[in-house]
Amino acid sequence: MSTDQATKAPSPPIPPRAGTAPVSIEVRDLEKSFRIPTHRIDSFKERAVHPFARAEYRELRALREVSFDVHRGEFFGIVGRNGSGKSTLLKILASIYRADAGTVRVAGQVAPFIELGVGFNPELTARENVVLNGVMMGLSRRESQRRLEAVLDFAELQEFVDLKLKNYSSGMLVRLAFSVVAESYADILLIDEVLAVGDAAFQRKCAEVFSEMRTSSRTIVLVTHDMSAIDSYCDRAMLVHDGELAYIGDPHEVGRRYFRQNFADPPVGSGHRRGIPDLHARLVDARLEDREGRSVTTVQVDEPIRIRVVLEARRDLVNPRFGFECRTPEGVTIFGFRRSLDAEDGGPARLEQGRRATVTGTVENALTPGTYFIRCWVVSDADEDEVAMQFIDIFKFEVVGDRRGKGLVSLPAEVQITTEDGEDE
Amino acid sequence: MSDAAVSAELRDVAGPSAVGGGRQRFFELLYLVSVTEFKKAYFGTVLGYVWSLIRPLMLFAVLLFVFTQIFRVGSQVPHYPVLLLFNVVVFTFFQEASIASVTSVLSQEGVVRKTQFPRLVIPLAVVLTGLFNLGLNLIAVFIFILAFGVGPLWTWLLLPVLILVLTVLTTAVAMLLSSLYVRFRDVEIIWSVLVTVLFYGTPLLYPLELAPERFHELLFLNPLTPLFVEARHLIIDPGAPGAVSAAGGWLHLAPSMAIFIGICGCAVAVFNRAAPRIAEEL
Repeated sequence: MSTDQATKAPSPPIPPRAGTAPVSIEVRDLEKSFRIPTHRIDSFKERAVHPFARAEYRELRALREVSFDVHRGEFFGIVGRNGSGKSTLLKILASIYRADAGTVRVAGQVAPFIELGVGFNPELTARENVVLNGVMMGLSRRESQRRLEAVLDFAELQEFVDLKLKNYSSGMLVRLAFSVVAESYADILLIDEVLAVGDAAFQRKCAEVFSEMRTSSRTIVLVTHDMSAIDSYCDRAMLVHDGELAYIGDPHEVGRRYFRQNFADPPVGSGHRRGIPDLHARLVDARLEDREGRSVTTVQVDEPIRIRVVLEARRDLVNPRFGFECRTPEGVTIFGFRRSLDAEDGGPARLEQGRRATVTGTVENALTPGTYFIRCWVVSDADEDEVAMQFIDIFKFEVVGDRRGKGLVSLPAEVQITTEDGEDE
Repeated sequence: MSDAAVSAELRDVAGPSAVGGGRQRFFELLYLVSVTEFKKAYFGTVLGYVWSLIRPLMLFAVLLFVFTQIFRVGSQVPHYPVLLLFNVVVFTFFQEASIASVTSVLSQEGVVRKTQFPRLVIPLAVVLTGLFNLGLNLIAVFIFILAFGVGPLWTWLLLPVLILVLTVLTTAVAMLLSSLYVRFRDVEIIWSVLVTVLFYGTPLLYPLELAPERFHELLFLNPLTPLFVEARHLIIDPGAPGAVSAAGGWLHLAPSMAIFIGICGCAVAVFNRAAPRIAEEL
């Protein structure tokens, strides 16, 4: 999904719907737990060997007391990290899971799918699949036949109507899948992560469809990680965290909170304190700080990046130099800085084994929004002419904010345009 | 989509179930899925449908050789070859449909977990696909029967009733197996053994009267037994006793009827209980 595509989507002025339009989805005190077997008895043999063994389960509360309303015609976003319960919620809305407690009421027909292309059979042709899909949506076979033309028109796949889906390219498949949704008659559409489809031209078309859907009376619930999609399509959005409703309302605010929350919790697999074993120095503490010296994991655009790192020498370091590199997830270094330890007296600078050095650095932030990693390195003079170097990946952080632009950094620039008459030929 | 068409009335979301989503949708889906399965089974292969006939025919040929040339059972039974052929073809339906149903729900995992799909459609479609096959195979069987010099008989008209009863039993077994399999994976192995037991525990290869008298009651516990005994009487050999007289009166048929009803009742209860949670258990 390119962010640019989403932002270019035409956004017709939408009257605020909440409060005016009738309620289309009403969820009250929804509860859902899963029993995760710690020791699952899934054969008769085990049952026979342990006839009285109660299967041991761990309760996982996927949703707790979730209540909200979605109004008719609303484009409603649901945001949350993996495992936050947002897909479970969608599955309950779609009648795939049964709720443990609470009520879900809907007005009108709910599309029975939560993912694009589910229920497509690769052994069948596009024609047969579209008909099958229509029947899944609750149409009769004849109605579904009639819908075929519209779907194929939208997907621009008329010439491939009798090709089996297994011979479709992935792009064609996605187009067909999206078209089936776009041409569905359901009053309430549940969509899980679908915006990244097709080539640029088709994406534009999808964006148009979404905008069109916003103005129609259809209610759309969109689950996604893509904040730009939430921003550009949704009238309202909701943030789910650990099965609880964390925030509901303005999509922009939801996006902001999502980012904040995403990096406040201990990062998983972020490369924190990873790297080669402690050779020369050990990382004691590393953090990103805000103006007041509090540890943070996100930086607003234009706010300086403040890094504070405490290292402990694992051996005597001679003339130690400390360096930092800011890198993209792909490993491209964007900038770096370095500093040597000053010698106290005339001789070489020395950090004895067990002593700690605190390095702080403040860098003007010219980064565009995105994820970045900080890597630290330590160099010291080893024997004779040799130097020893150690890299330590310390943390990742997120730059958030409104600055949009191409590339990794946005630098101040002054641009002038002058015009003059061309020479006549 | 006009605004007026959108119902403003809030109604409860029903949640997943065996038949959820409306009757029309249920039957349309059942039809489409069965046809798809049928096509899938035979359109991808060179010989196509012929395979579904060749398999029981080959089994029949082997059995015919064994039971007429080696055991010489056949010579004591009127019209033994066509009786054997008919029995093998009909039992093949029961066998293949029930075995295919075991893993059916699991193999449709994507649909079950990601769409609101009436769960009952899945095992029913397997049975229905088998029924298409049986219908086609029976045409071939009846050509053989006529060529052999049997019939046509008025009682042949009762064949659909027999097939219907067998289909009900097969469906019940399919529902039971497919929902149990989600929790207990050994169902597959157990059933493959049980179905062999049933193959020999039903008077298919041998007529009932050749089995020692003391085993008759045991054989009649098997709900398939009265069906095949009656079929022989109606289709192949009017001289052979029907199910009631072979069992020795209605009373003696009661246990197998009770078992039949018990299986159906269990199937409905177990499947209904399992259906709402299948998506989570997979």
